Amino acid sequence: MAKILTKNLNLWYSGFHALKGVNSSFEANRITAIIGPSGCGKSTLLRVFNRMNDLIDGVRMEGEVLIDDTNMLSPQADLVVLRKKVGMVFQRPNPFPLSIYENIVFGQKIHAQRVSRDQLDEIVETSLKSVLLWDELKDKLNESALRLSLEQKQRLCIARLIAVKPDVLLMDEPCSTLDPQATSRVEELMRELKNKYTIIIVTHNMQQAARVSDDTGFMLLGELIEFGRTQEIFTVPRDKRTEDYITGRYG
Amino acid sequence: MRKFKEFIIEKLIVICGLASIFFVALIFLFLLKEGLAVFNTVGPFKFLFGKSWYPISEPAQLGILPLILGSLLVTLGAAVISIPIGVGCAVYIAEIAPAKTKEILKAGIELLAAIPSVVLGFIGMITLVPLVKSIFHLPTGLTALSGSIMLAFMAMPTIVSIAEDALYSIPKTYKEGALALGATHWQTIWRVMLPAASSGILAAVMLGIGRVIGETMAVMMITGNAAVMPNNILVPVRTLTATIAAEMGEAVVGSEHYFALFAIGIVLFIISFAINVTADLFLHKRQQ
Repeated sequence: MAKILTKNLNLWYSGFHALKGVNSSFEANRITAIIGPSGCGKSTLLRVFNRMNDLIDGVRMEGEVLIDDTNMLSPQADLVVLRKKVGMVFQRPNPFPLSIYENIVFGQKIHAQRVSRDQLDEIVETSLKSVLLWDELKDKLNESALRLSLEQKQRLCIARLIAVKPDVLLMDEPCSTLDPQATSRVEELMRELKNKYTIIIVTHNMQQAARVSDDTGFMLLGELIEFGRTQEIFTVPRDKRTEDYITGRYG
Repeated sequence: MRKFKEFIIEKLIVICGLASIFFVALIFLFLLKEGLAVFNTVGPFKFLFGKSWYPISEPAQLGILPLILGSLLVTLGAAVISIPIGVGCAVYIAEIAPAKTKEILKAGIELLAAIPSVVLGFIGMITLVPLVKSIFHLPTGLTALSGSIMLAFMAMPTIVSIAEDALYSIPKTYKEGALALGATHWQTIWRVMLPAASSGILAAVMLGIGRVIGETMAVMMITGNAAVMPNNILVPVRTLTATIAAEMGEAVVGSEHYFALFAIGIVLFIISFAINVTADLFLHKRQQ
C-alpha cells in the first residue's frame, strides 16, 4: 500500500507555477529518489510532504496529498502531527547551537509531556547508535553540536529526527556538502534505515539515485515525467526526455 | 607634487584617527587628576561606602553610597521593566509581526529613541509622577520607581533594535530544523531562536543598561533628588549623574566638594566602561 499519494497536486509561488498536476505514490520501506535538473520542482515536491513550503509567502497549493490516507492539504491538517510523522533532513546539516545531547532530546522535550532523565538517556543512546555515532560521541554528549564535522552533523540531524519516531524521512540533497567517503557512509546508513522508514531523497546526483534508491521519479519544469522502478528508469526509460536527462543530454 | 599631496592627506587621516583616542585619554587623565585629589581628605573606603552625603556641612561628609544605591536602584528598576518588554518586542518584530506592522513598529522605536531626555523627563513629571503618587498613596510621586519607568522608555529602543538584529541574523536553517521536527512557532522561538541569539540579546541588554546608568536629565527631574539611603523603590533617590549635574555649578573650584564630584565622575566612568566591555565581549562571542 502507498504510504504517500499525491493526486493532481499543483503549487504556485505567487505567479509561478512550480508543480503541475503531480500524481505519484511512494511506498513504505523503500527509498524513492526524485531526480531532475535544478529548478524542476523536486525540492518543492519534497517540501510539500511536511508542508515546509508554508513558510514561504505567497505559496498556494491545490490537489491532495494523502499520507496514510489522510489529506495533508486540508485545512484541518495538524502540522505538528504531520511534521512529527514526516521528518526532514536538510541539504546543509543544521544542528541547533545546543549540546549534542540537547539536540537529540529536542523532539522529546517538545512532544512528550514528562520524560525521565533515564528515558532521555536511553533515547540519546539508541538514536546515536542507529546512525552509528554512539561510539564516537558517547564521551562528549555535552559538547556543542556545532563543533562536529559536517558528516557527524548530518548524522546527528538524522539521529535527532529518529528520536521523534517518524514514519517518513525526507532528505533534501543530504550528501551535497559531504566528501565522497562520507557520502558513501551516509548512503549505507540510508539502506539500513529503509527497513524501518519510508525514505524519499531529492538528489541532483544521478549516480546516487541509481545506487541507493528502489524507485525513481524524474521531474522536469514542474511536471513528474516518469515514475517507476529505479532499474527500469535507468535502463529502459519510457519517455524520451528521461532518456535524454539520464544520458546527460541536458541537466 | 602628487606624492606630496598623498602624503599630506594620509597624515591628516592618521591625525583624525588618533584624535579620538587622544581626547578620550585627555578626558580620562583630567578626570583622574581632579578626582583623585578627594582622597587627600577622605579615604577611598569611606568615600565609596560612607552613608551620608553632606558636601557643604562643616566638616563635609562625602560618602557616596546613597548615590550609588540610588543609581543602582533606578537602573535595576528600569532593567526589570525594559528587558522583558524590549526582548518581547524584538521577538514580535523579528518573528511574528506581518511586514507592514514591522515597518511601523521599527519606525516607532526609532522615534522613541529620538525623543530628547529632557522632554521625557518633563512628560514624566507632568503625567507619571502624580500617577505614582496617587496609586501608592505617597507624600510625593518623585520616586525611584518614577525614574525607573521613564528610563525604561529610554533603554527600550536600544534593547529592541539590537536584540531584533541578533534574532534576525540567526541562520534560517535553525528555524526550519525546529519546525520540521514538529515544534510549534513558540517552541521554536523559545528553545532554539532565543538561545541561539542569547549573546546578542545580552549585549543589547547591557547597552540598554549602559544608556540608563549614564542618563542624567530625566532622572534629575523625576526622582526627587534626596541623597538618603533608599530602603525601597517608592522613596525619592538621587543618582550619581544627577548629583554631578545639580551640584557642579555651585561647588567652589578646588574645594573638597569639587574634587568629590570629579571622583563620582570616575566611578561612573568605571561602571559605564565595565558595562560596555561586557556588551562587547558578548557581541564578539556572537560573531565567532
